[in-house]
Amino acid sequence: MDWVNAIVQGIFVGGLYALFATGLSLIFGVMRLVNIAHGDLIILAAFLSLAVVDGLNIHPLVSLVIVVPVMAAFGYALQRGILNFTLGKDILPPLLVTFGLSVIIQNALLETFSADSQRLQAGAIETASIPIGQGLAIGVLPLIIFVTAIVVIGGLQFVFYQTTLGRVFRATSDDAVTARTMGIDKSHVFALAMALALAVVAIAGVLMGIRTNFDPAVGPARLLFAFEAVIMGGLGNLWGTLAGGIILGVAQAIGAQINPGWQILAGHIAFLIVLVIRPNGLFPRIQG
Amino acid sequence: MADIPAYAVSRATRSSRIGMAIGLIVLIILATAPWWAGRADLRLLIEIFYYLALAQLWNLLAGYTGLVSVGQQAFVGLGGYTLFALAAFGGVNPLAAIALAGVVAAIFALPTAFLVFRLRGAYFAIGTWVVAEVYRLGFAQVSALGGGSGMSLPADVVRSIADGRQAREWLVYWVALIIVLAAMAIVYALLRSRQGLALTAIRDSEPASESLGVNTYRTKLVIYIAVAFATGLVGALIFLQKLRISPDAAFSVNDWTAFVIFIVVIGGIGRIEGPIIGVIVFFVLRELFVDFGAWYLMLLGAVAVVIMLLAPRGLWGLLTDRWDIQLFPVRRALVVKETKDSG
Repeated sequence: MDWVNAIVQGIFVGGLYALFATGLSLIFGVMRLVNIAHGDLIILAAFLSLAVVDGLNIHPLVSLVIVVPVMAAFGYALQRGILNFTLGKDILPPLLVTFGLSVIIQNALLETFSADSQRLQAGAIETASIPIGQGLAIGVLPLIIFVTAIVVIGGLQFVFYQTTLGRVFRATSDDAVTARTMGIDKSHVFALAMALALAVVAIAGVLMGIRTNFDPAVGPARLLFAFEAVIMGGLGNLWGTLAGGIILGVAQAIGAQINPGWQILAGHIAFLIVLVIRPNGLFPRIQG
Repeated sequence: MADIPAYAVSRATRSSRIGMAIGLIVLIILATAPWWAGRADLRLLIEIFYYLALAQLWNLLAGYTGLVSVGQQAFVGLGGYTLFALAAFGGVNPLAAIALAGVVAAIFALPTAFLVFRLRGAYFAIGTWVVAEVYRLGFAQVSALGGGSGMSLPADVVRSIADGRQAREWLVYWVALIIVLAAMAIVYALLRSRQGLALTAIRDSEPASESLGVNTYRTKLVIYIAVAFATGLVGALIFLQKLRISPDAAFSVNDWTAFVIFIVVIGGIGRIEGPIIGVIVFFVLRELFVDFGAWYLMLLGAVAVVIMLLAPRGLWGLLTDRWDIQLFPVRRALVVKETKDSG
């Protein structure tokens, strides 16, 4: 029963990893940018929520009303002010600039909030659970996170394939020059994509902060989880990213069940195995 | 009808000859440092040497071969741990263990390359980081090596390096100097060779260089493994100086990759002179601002970001834009010896 339980919990953690991964996948999909600071932005959102919760004395989930727009605005400014200037044929500039950004965010958080481990206090939902028989129970919070992941991915899927904004994203991604002749402002579109990505990052950061402890140094590990979910799921496939997140969550849960020290290691190894067997991921997007 | 003027292919320039002369003087000063520098100065110089060596190696990988790895800490850590394991449990002389550390790092580089070479560009970068994390978490599970808290080099092993503390520190200093010189000499020689041309071609366009007969996969693999070997040597040296190792210190992405990347970017990527300038700037900034802790690291990150945005070829790039100087010429130039009348 312990094993079944571990796997069920792993699936639900996968929802959180999928949320981490969605933002990364979105940014890469639209502007071919791999954001090394992605994990640190997740942690930044969690700390932002912490500050809002402490300052206004509100529930962490309510803080999303502030954290999501602030992170989105930050994303817009970041893309427009810095990252747009790094995009081009060469992969080095975006990589190195976001690497620098990662170090800056980590140390700014360290200076502002100290190295102490923090947690967003969410009251009863942290421990509430729904029994599903045979000694198994599903936590309310993991369920909320999992459902959020599905809603966010479904929502992005809708935006990308059913709306004008999505068409603009895809057009700019496919051929920025032709898109420009249609009156599309590339800088603005990319900045909007980053804003959308950081809105998702904000949701992911707050939910993570309620679920686990965090400190300024844990961003890079979140980047790696997000990256692994994206690659395992198959580049450019948002639902695949959810599958990748679940595989990662289950692998970590199985590892932790064998030996607590193997939790993260098992996730990395699952990723490397997928990389050997299916270098393009399990569900690569079919090019149409 | 114009005659073809006599010409020769030359790489040396006046500035490179002056540069070599200055380099030789600096080298003599550095080699005699144990007699004129204090203990703290020697420690700082060793640190400068291994950062310079790591920066040259990363520059070869990313700047010339196009393999942008952010997982070089894997080989620093493997080198360090190999030294500790061989010296503490194998009874191997620590200096001999340094060489073996390079070999072990190169052996591990082969399966690592097999995995990460499946990823391209930026994904390759993060893939190398994942593998480095696997090594870190793996070593944390080995209780013989102290698990997550690490281990110190046993006192009798430390004593076996040399007679007395001063002799040991001097010896480690000279080994560090030799390793950094060797790393630079290898990079320089490689870039001037046929392989160097192949490397530059791969960096500029992989499909084009393949169409001209460059075996890009094999060339990249050879460079990746050679760099891993040398990085392993440097890793062994680093922890021979520190006398203590732990998974977090050995496989630190900040210490062995982020700072190294900043050094290369600030100095100028894709030039041998770049890391030299970068390492000087890095240590000057550090000595000035080290008391500011996190602020110093923010400043360093910001400097690297600004340079990448405004001067992508680094400080050395700014210098060469103004004056045509090169200390380590790898380009070939046609020198016209004499021109005959042209009608």
